Amino acid sequence: MIDVNAPGFWPQLFETLRIATGQTLYQVGITLLLTAIIGVAIGTILVVTEADGVLARPFGSRALGRAINAVLQLIVNLGRSIPFIILMIALIPFTRLVLGTSFGVTAAIVPLTVAAIPFFARMVEMSLREVPAGLVEAGTSLGASRWHLVAKVLLPEAMPSLVLGFTTTAVSVVNFSAIVGVIGGGGLGDVAIRYGHQRYSVTHIIAVIIILVAIVAIIQAIGNAVSMRMRGGGPARARR
Amino acid sequence: MITFDKVSKTFATRSGSVVALDDVSLEVAQGEIFGVIGRSGAGKSTLVRTVNMLESPDSGTITVDGMEMTALSAGDLRDARRRIGMVFQQFNLLNSRTVRGNVELALEVHGVAREERRRKAGEILDLVGLADRAGARIFELSGGQKQRVGIARALATNPSVLLSDEATSALDPETTASILELLRGLNRDLGLTILLITHEMDVVKTLCDSAALMENGRIVEQGRLDEVVLRDRSKLSAGLFPLGELPEERGTTIVEITFVGLASNEPVIARLARDHDLSISLLGAAIETIGGRQTGRTRLELDGGAAVNAKAVADLRSQGLAVSVVRGDA
Repeated sequence: MIDVNAPGFWPQLFETLRIATGQTLYQVGITLLLTAIIGVAIGTILVVTEADGVLARPFGSRALGRAINAVLQLIVNLGRSIPFIILMIALIPFTRLVLGTSFGVTAAIVPLTVAAIPFFARMVEMSLREVPAGLVEAGTSLGASRWHLVAKVLLPEAMPSLVLGFTTTAVSVVNFSAIVGVIGGGGLGDVAIRYGHQRYSVTHIIAVIIILVAIVAIIQAIGNAVSMRMRGGGPARARR
Repeated sequence: MITFDKVSKTFATRSGSVVALDDVSLEVAQGEIFGVIGRSGAGKSTLVRTVNMLESPDSGTITVDGMEMTALSAGDLRDARRRIGMVFQQFNLLNSRTVRGNVELALEVHGVAREERRRKAGEILDLVGLADRAGARIFELSGGQKQRVGIARALATNPSVLLSDEATSALDPETTASILELLRGLNRDLGLTILLITHEMDVVKTLCDSAALMENGRIVEQGRLDEVVLRDRSKLSAGLFPLGELPEERGTTIVEITFVGLASNEPVIARLARDHDLSISLLGAAIETIGGRQTGRTRLELDGGAAVNAKAVADLRSQGLAVSVVRGDA
């Protein structure tokens, strides 16, 4: 039991939280960076390799397009259906292979990224599907190449929606990053377990909750603002 | 300028196959405005979309400005599309870009440098009357303005052909009139060949030099409008004049006389009644401006016997009048 009235309690608490918050933000930041790049790539390939997609026939082969699509669908479905806590444990050998250790703040980025990519890829897929087919058709009629259709039509038009999807993903990653604290991933989850749970400090638990709520609120506010700004402050289209 | 030669296209759907184009042959002359009219589902949308190969036909060839579209490689097809602009019913503009940005997209995809894009976009926006809205976002525009941006985008690459897929169908009558006027001006000033599809006879009437009527994937009639209006029993021509339904069958002959330019000072009907001893009922009449010319049509009912009516019609034709026998003997 930790004594709130002990000398040095509050300075220690703040120091612990400062370090843990930094670890969480670092984990979440790197995870989101990797997720943004790989998730957009996978989500885009999922959409363009569909039967009526821009890249339905890569290298002139519909079979190849169908195969790529099927494999990515399988990966995304698998990633989405395994509960994070199980995925995290299952990935321990893989993490050790990649980083040489499965323990610590950096090591936790591996399971976080592996979980976040399929989640975000699915959101990218949904956002791109919302882009009216007529826009791609208009681009085609102008003589745009397949790459230009993706880079200049599909992705920019989906961007406000992509930003909202990314925001939802970011919130989930913050959530998951607290879970990795349980297996030695550091961060705010680690504080909650070690001080709050094992040493019965309600103060620590409450502090962690406040910080997590604040992080989530800030992420959501930024995401909403950026998405709205991209729409030019125009009428918000209903999403989902 | 645009030639369809025996073009066919069938779509496979869940409930079986649908023939969208059935052995279509069509010729659009350079510099003319050609309208394809038909109900929804007649195949006209597929027709216009095969010109720039948004839809590739199952068989037949399409030639635009000497290029056989159906035989081009992917790279050549992209180049060929610079020469063929297209505007859409739903405008299909990018919300992620400004008005200018939408026009510039047409040049960006062909690697035109930034300054040149700017200059060209400004020039074209001026042409369609939107120079002052260049920096506006798409959602800030009215429907008519959106279609002007659509037209500007289509024209940015200096095409020789403009395709219009129901460009005015989402617009109110006044806006439609202003867009049609713009298209007419572009045709006149730039020598632009326009192929448009529509379900509105008014569009054909006010804008087109030539027209084709489509039903169930087939072209059932086509020709220059000034020639079509004089045709006997022409479905296309009948659609141009709002004379209403025919009365019930009562053993009489019904004819329609078409006057172009309304130049007739002759008492045609009075003389016809007198010379053939007929009593003639006037069932309807209309004056329309077709292809820029005042054209009138009267629908008459002749109560003589078959022989008398036939003689009367022959008499009218011998005076050089365009007579269409829409019911009965003659």
